Amino acid sequence: MTALAQYLALSRRAVLNTLRQPTSVVPSLMFPLMFLALTSAAFDRSTALPGFPRVDSFLQFVVSTTIVQGALFGSIGAGSDMASDIEGGFFDRLVASPVARTSILVGRLMGSVAFGFTQAWVFFVIASIFGLEVEGGFIAMVLITLVAGVLAGGIGSISVAFALRTGSSEAVRGSFPLLFSLLFLSSAFFPRNLMNGWFRTAADLNPLSHMIEGLRTQVIDGLDLASFGVALAIAAGILVVGTSFAGLALRGRLAAQHL
Amino acid sequence: MNLHISWGIARRSLMLIPRQPSTFFPSLMMPVFLTISFAGAFSGIVMLTGFPAAKAIDWFVPMTALQGAAFAGITTGMGTARDMENGFYDRFLLSPAPRMALLLGPLIAAVLRAFIPLAILLLLALVGGANFRDGWLGVGTLVIAGLGFALAAGAWAVGLALRFKTQQIVPLMQSGTFLIVFLSTAQMPLELLGGWLHAVARVNPMTYILELARQGFLGQVAWSTTWPGLLALAGLVGVLGTFAVRGMQKVTP
Repeated sequence: MTALAQYLALSRRAVLNTLRQPTSVVPSLMFPLMFLALTSAAFDRSTALPGFPRVDSFLQFVVSTTIVQGALFGSIGAGSDMASDIEGGFFDRLVASPVARTSILVGRLMGSVAFGFTQAWVFFVIASIFGLEVEGGFIAMVLITLVAGVLAGGIGSISVAFALRTGSSEAVRGSFPLLFSLLFLSSAFFPRNLMNGWFRTAADLNPLSHMIEGLRTQVIDGLDLASFGVALAIAAGILVVGTSFAGLALRGRLAAQHL
Repeated sequence: MNLHISWGIARRSLMLIPRQPSTFFPSLMMPVFLTISFAGAFSGIVMLTGFPAAKAIDWFVPMTALQGAAFAGITTGMGTARDMENGFYDRFLLSPAPRMALLLGPLIAAVLRAFIPLAILLLLALVGGANFRDGWLGVGTLVIAGLGFALAAGAWAVGLALRFKTQQIVPLMQSGTFLIVFLSTAQMPLELLGGWLHAVARVNPMTYILELARQGFLGQVAWSTTWPGLLALAGLVGVLGTFAVRGMQKVTP
């Protein structure tokens, strides 16, 4: 089997694994959608606040957050599945076979990327049914879903690194509150200029603020390649850091098993 | 009913707090985190015309305190689900203890556990500069609302645990309480809610329980805002208590 065939086979397995487990797909789809429905209904009047960006509705303001939220939560599944493979002994069988070591990681990450990308389109379709208008049009939607895919790969690689270090799916799922905290300590749900004190400083320093704002610009103002570049650069940065960690974690686990 | 049996079961549940802090810690951290993030992220919301609070923390801390109390109730339900799953609950059922005493035990524990998040959230409110406009009376109405809601959440969680007999039901316990809270005036006052959420929040008992809890932070405690909350709490406890009792009847051989 060529290296490419190995990558494809393990990527296909990761995607099928995700699709066959509704318990992992449904929460990462439903939770952000539920938040979207609740926040856009609750905070719609807040768009009249002085200093709030000009938007049609709070739905238009917050949809980018929903897409990032879905990518964050959905990609924890990559780590959780990797940990299950370790707990169930499949990982040992995989490393005992002659497959390329990198395909073990790449396979998992491709599953995350595909899931993040597809999920972002699902969110766009559902939000459009409820009146969402993306000022940047179809091209902006393509760019946003692209960033969602890259981000899902990045977060997926961090959770895979965590799974390789701990070998416990429970520990991987325990990282959920950390992601939740990072998202909340940003401008995900409200503009930064309407925040104050230390929370504003935290949101200013949080890269997720800048990534979400870069995506939001495409939705509320129109196509803006500079903002898109910032969002993509942050997502790509997370991917580079995450895959480096995952590579080191894989090497550490293999060394510990004398393989 | 033998209260000492219920107390024994409640004590067993309470002893798990120091022995297994990992099971209780998240239920404390989540409301603390929600308070910080809601009060911080939505700090500008008070500038909205018609918003009744001077500071965002005044509006959000009673809501997160009730969430914390609900988590305390859910934790006892999780304990019951664990006992059902590993067979320990069968020993309770084989004993000659009255069934209602077995049910009352975790509910007492739920109420007692709720004091911990309520105390921590009140401390956080103090540190965060919340306005305790009606002093101890306002704290009292918040505590009454919190303990009542912990009891209701405990009944919901135990009722589910008795029916499904597995810890896999925990997400439903959590999402049930999450939904009843967020489909109310948790985030915005009724007057500023629009569309479907306004219609749902108006008939949601949680709106009135939150009004009971919040009144001392927004102004003076008044009977006109107290009795609807007490009535809503009584209704919620009645309905969910019946749900738990029915659950116990289903597992009784």
